Amino acid sequence: MTNEGWIKAAPWLWTIGLFVVWEAAVEMFDIAVFILPAPTDIWAAIVKYWPVIWKDSLQTLFTTTLGFLLAVVGGLALGLAIGWSRAVYAGLYPLMVGFNSIPKVAVVPILVIWFGIGTVPAVLTAFLIAFFPIVVNVATGLATIEPEMEDVLRALGAKKMDIMLKVGIPRSMPYFFGSLKVAITLAFVGSVISETVAANAGIGHMMLAAQSQFNVPLVWAGLVALAVLGIVMYAMMAWLEMRMTGWAHRSGRQ
Amino acid sequence: MTGFVDLNDIRLAYGPGGDGTLALDGLTMAVRRGEFAAVVGPSGCGKSTLMKLATGLIRPQAGTVEVAGKEVDGPVSVAGMAFQNPSMLPWRTTLKNVMLPLEIVQPHRRQLKRDYESYVARAEELLEIVGLKGFGDKFPWELSGGMQQRANLCRALIHDPALLMLDEPFGALDAFTREELWQVMRDLHAEKGFTVILVTHDLREAVFLADRVFVMSARPGRIIVDQEIAFARPRPIDLTYEAQFNDIVHELRGHIAEARAAA
Repeated sequence: MTNEGWIKAAPWLWTIGLFVVWEAAVEMFDIAVFILPAPTDIWAAIVKYWPVIWKDSLQTLFTTTLGFLLAVVGGLALGLAIGWSRAVYAGLYPLMVGFNSIPKVAVVPILVIWFGIGTVPAVLTAFLIAFFPIVVNVATGLATIEPEMEDVLRALGAKKMDIMLKVGIPRSMPYFFGSLKVAITLAFVGSVISETVAANAGIGHMMLAAQSQFNVPLVWAGLVALAVLGIVMYAMMAWLEMRMTGWAHRSGRQ
Repeated sequence: MTGFVDLNDIRLAYGPGGDGTLALDGLTMAVRRGEFAAVVGPSGCGKSTLMKLATGLIRPQAGTVEVAGKEVDGPVSVAGMAFQNPSMLPWRTTLKNVMLPLEIVQPHRRQLKRDYESYVARAEELLEIVGLKGFGDKFPWELSGGMQQRANLCRALIHDPALLMLDEPFGALDAFTREELWQVMRDLHAEKGFTVILVTHDLREAVFLADRVFVMSARPGRIIVDQEIAFARPRPIDLTYEAQFNDIVHELRGHIAEARAAA
């Protein structure tokens, strides 16, 4: 195989390799299933519990996506506001840092008091956790306009609005789409945290239920489902990023 | 003094309330309409500050700035600017980059949609003059540094400014490209007849291009020498290797060395 071919095959080979080593280790050291199930045990659980896993995956996907979309809208709006005005930036920055420092799992009980157990806290936790990187990235894109470019336009009589529309917003788009990759995985974390603490559906809830029944292979099957969903969503965002801001990734195209 | 650009006894300091570093003090200069003026001086003498003053981006603490007979109290849209960094927008093609000022400056802004074709023709004509014919639909990052700087000149000129402000536009280029662009600049100036203020470190560039060279003192900057360059136009590039030319460059160099020593 050519070097190119090896690089293309590498993700698959490494993934398969991981499972092979794992299987061999469980076999060799005779590890009990409730400590670490072998990949084959997990696969068996996935097949056996497929309808449940599928249903809960869809629920998690739903809360994640909804929370993520809210974060995109809110993050874009706040990011633009912060990048626009230094006064808004100065005022909101400490609040944002403080807010972002709060572990979101600590917020779930409050959300449950407000909205009860179920879908709403999961969506909101996903929103809260995914929101911050979008805001920061959009604001950074706006705040780092080259001063020469700003001078050129201001000398022509451009208003703040012109500079934002012609330069600021287009140049913050790569930052924005880049942040979506981070935000979608975080939204996913938020959803699952909330489902684990306070829900009656979703992968997080399924894993908690399986754990209380000592169905360890199913707990691990839940982890695998989370990993697969995570990879798919990340890949979708990466694709979107390439589509929307190809000009910012020119080195890869030439 | 009256000219197209008049700076009269300017004092400008940076910092809060203008009591920080004194950048310019007692600076007076006048540039006539259609004249090509070059400003040279030791580094940090406030040359770039001068550019911002003349285009109304900053206001002096004392003294007056007049452009085209009017006191400058805000950005003057009769000016086009080009800096050392071409600062092309990477998401726009070269043509669209060149046309950017048309989306800002009146009356073009109003007419751009209606007369789009004729504006495109105008941009393409400019690109051809600077030697970028056929590169309009390339993205800036597909162009070399010299080509980007050519496009930058086009962008500065697309709205037919009466005043062109250049801040070391050829500073980052190799020697050959630089000489080529000197000639492009020379021809553009001869053809369009706009007024130019060129800030540069390169004395040969200043003497080759300018009708008048101003030498600034070290910070706080003011004009210490105001010298006419009388070579007939059009000037061939070979002029830069003649004894007379080098004498003037040498003399200017002496002034700057003195200004540096005095600092």
